[in-house]
Amino acid sequence: MARAATNRRKTINTILAWSVGLLIFFPILWTILTSFKTEGDAIAYPPKFLFFDWTLENYSIVQERSNYMRYLWNSVIIAGGSTLLGIIIAVPAAWSMAFVPSKRTKDILMWMLSTKMLPAVGVLYPIYLMFIKLGLLDTRLGLVIVLMLINLPIIVWMLYTYFKEIPAEILEAARMDGASLKSELLYVLTPMAIPGIASTILLNIILAWNEAFWTLNLTAAKAGTLTAFIASYSSPEGLFYAKLSAASTMAIAPILILGWFSQKQLVRGLTFGAVK
Amino acid sequence: MKMTLRALLGATVSLTLAQGAMADTITIATVNNGDMIRMQGYTEDFTAKTGHTVEWVTLEENVLRERVTTDITTKGGQFDIMTIGMYETPIWGKNGWLVPLSDLSAEYDVADILPAMAGGLSYDGTLYAAPFYGESSMIMYRTDLMEKAGLSMPEAPTWEFIREAAAKMTDRGADINGICLRGKAGWGEGGAFITAMSNSFGARWFDENWKPTFDGEAWANTLNFFKGMMDESGPAGYATNGFNENLSLFQQGKCGMWIDATVAASFVTNPKDSTVADKVGFALAPDTGLGKRSNWLWAWALAIPAGTQKEAAAKQFIEWATSKGYIEMVAAKEGWANVPPGARTSLYENPEYQKVPFAKMTLDSILSANPNAPTVDPVPYVGVQFAAIPEFAGIATDVSQEFSNAYAGQQTVEEALAKAQAIATEAMEAAGYN
Repeated sequence: MARAATNRRKTINTILAWSVGLLIFFPILWTILTSFKTEGDAIAYPPKFLFFDWTLENYSIVQERSNYMRYLWNSVIIAGGSTLLGIIIAVPAAWSMAFVPSKRTKDILMWMLSTKMLPAVGVLYPIYLMFIKLGLLDTRLGLVIVLMLINLPIIVWMLYTYFKEIPAEILEAARMDGASLKSELLYVLTPMAIPGIASTILLNIILAWNEAFWTLNLTAAKAGTLTAFIASYSSPEGLFYAKLSAASTMAIAPILILGWFSQKQLVRGLTFGAVK
Repeated sequence: MKMTLRALLGATVSLTLAQGAMADTITIATVNNGDMIRMQGYTEDFTAKTGHTVEWVTLEENVLRERVTTDITTKGGQFDIMTIGMYETPIWGKNGWLVPLSDLSAEYDVADILPAMAGGLSYDGTLYAAPFYGESSMIMYRTDLMEKAGLSMPEAPTWEFIREAAAKMTDRGADINGICLRGKAGWGEGGAFITAMSNSFGARWFDENWKPTFDGEAWANTLNFFKGMMDESGPAGYATNGFNENLSLFQQGKCGMWIDATVAASFVTNPKDSTVADKVGFALAPDTGLGKRSNWLWAWALAIPAGTQKEAAAKQFIEWATSKGYIEMVAAKEGWANVPPGARTSLYENPEYQKVPFAKMTLDSILSANPNAPTVDPVPYVGVQFAAIPEFAGIATDVSQEFSNAYAGQQTVEEALAKAQAIATEAMEAAGYN
């Protein structure tokens, strides 16, 4: 009787999980399907789900019109660079907050997080003017710095949470064995926090890859990322939904593939320390 | 012989070096629409003629507007040419942010630009942007449904006729709406339509003293008429429909009439995308007999931001892209229906272009809009579907949101107008107008 009830609950949970999963994935699926339609089929009502004239024309038009590889390469450099720089700064910061906390540590953490609550447009002009002075407009370096800075609070918070789960006694033992601070960070703390660091890196790459406000406002012809590539296909005066969908599919494909292959790591890292 | 060879070699090297020194790479910010994308495809022709290369930054209209505004106000220098509209040009020209286009070549023939376009892209008599293409708005209607309704569309109908025709063409069972119009919030979406419509009802945004006039009878008449007609004969959810939504409905045969940008004519008559391509007629935007029609005037134009290091190359590009020669090149390769419309008088004098079905109505619509006298009563501003002051975009976005809420039934027309009056009054007082 109890086993039947457990099985029923399991089935319901599975159905619910699949339903929610499909619901979340549906917009992406619809975008991918639309990218293979003609512009006429893309706006047809009732919508055509699978039975339409499949075409690759939109992909060939997008390829012809835009330098996709340049946008892709910029995205890779900027997302990867900002993440790497962020991790280098955040690991020591999170270590000190987790293992050598001061009276103000909690306040500093809250203050860091509060910077995420500020609307980005509020600091657009000061940053734009700084970039003009420093010659960083439309450069990958400029975007690496900005994206690192805007994601740094999240990286520090995530690493701080993971580091808090590591018993301080282990680090103390390493110190008693004569480990220097550098060795303690590199050879003791980091290997133990690898799942947390890996998921932080993955999440940060996803955030940087999808970032649109700064990548649109601080770039022109040279450092544009895939978000700028998508934006170039959006139009309020003309129905180009199929081409826009093809551009979107090309832009999200790399990050979708990355997410698919690293989902185990991502989930493990995100739930690290969640259940005690 | 040796001397001659050396001299020739020297001359060749010098010429190559000189060309290299003169050749620039210019960066152009532009919008994603058919004519602009087509122009990008012909960049090689410009490079072959001048040696200059072009880098394009294509953005969605609103993103582009924010992007180029940020760049020009901070003197960022990211762009050598910007695609801007009739709203920005006089304001930016007045502020000294644009290079005056007062020294274009004789061959370019500035006098050939349609006067309405040149007027809207000038400040104090100086041209600050060259029109790449221009548009007005007009009625696009289904000839078969009009015939079925037992009516005949006049060339210049009144709003009363349009309302009556819309009601007769509506067939809810067959999912046909008599009329499709923009109701979506946004100063360039539903805000543009209702402003142009209000001109024909005798309304205006501000009186001669810059006082908002939403508390007047003319605005109440405009909004009540619009909402009444759309509730009777418009599509469900019209309060959130903009250009693209209505284009989609019309192309699928779900609209009897659509009043919108003249540039849409080439879309709805294109059999590749439109199911009603061979059943579309055109007429002037309606009026109420007060002397002003409800059509707008707009141009996408190319301007040079002040401070660019590549002004000469930028001017060369503008002369190339907005020239008669460019129009002829596109016509030769893609047909007359695909040339950028609404910018040059000579285009409408061309017998080949006159054969394009929507050519005459587009020109008539453009000519019937006057940005310098857009309303029945006098106004202190320039612009048909906007007032060319920096504060307008913000005010009109908020006001059009209130109007959309009224269309959606979330508040009454009277409440929307009262809120619009309060929004506009507060903003204008804060800006120091009164």
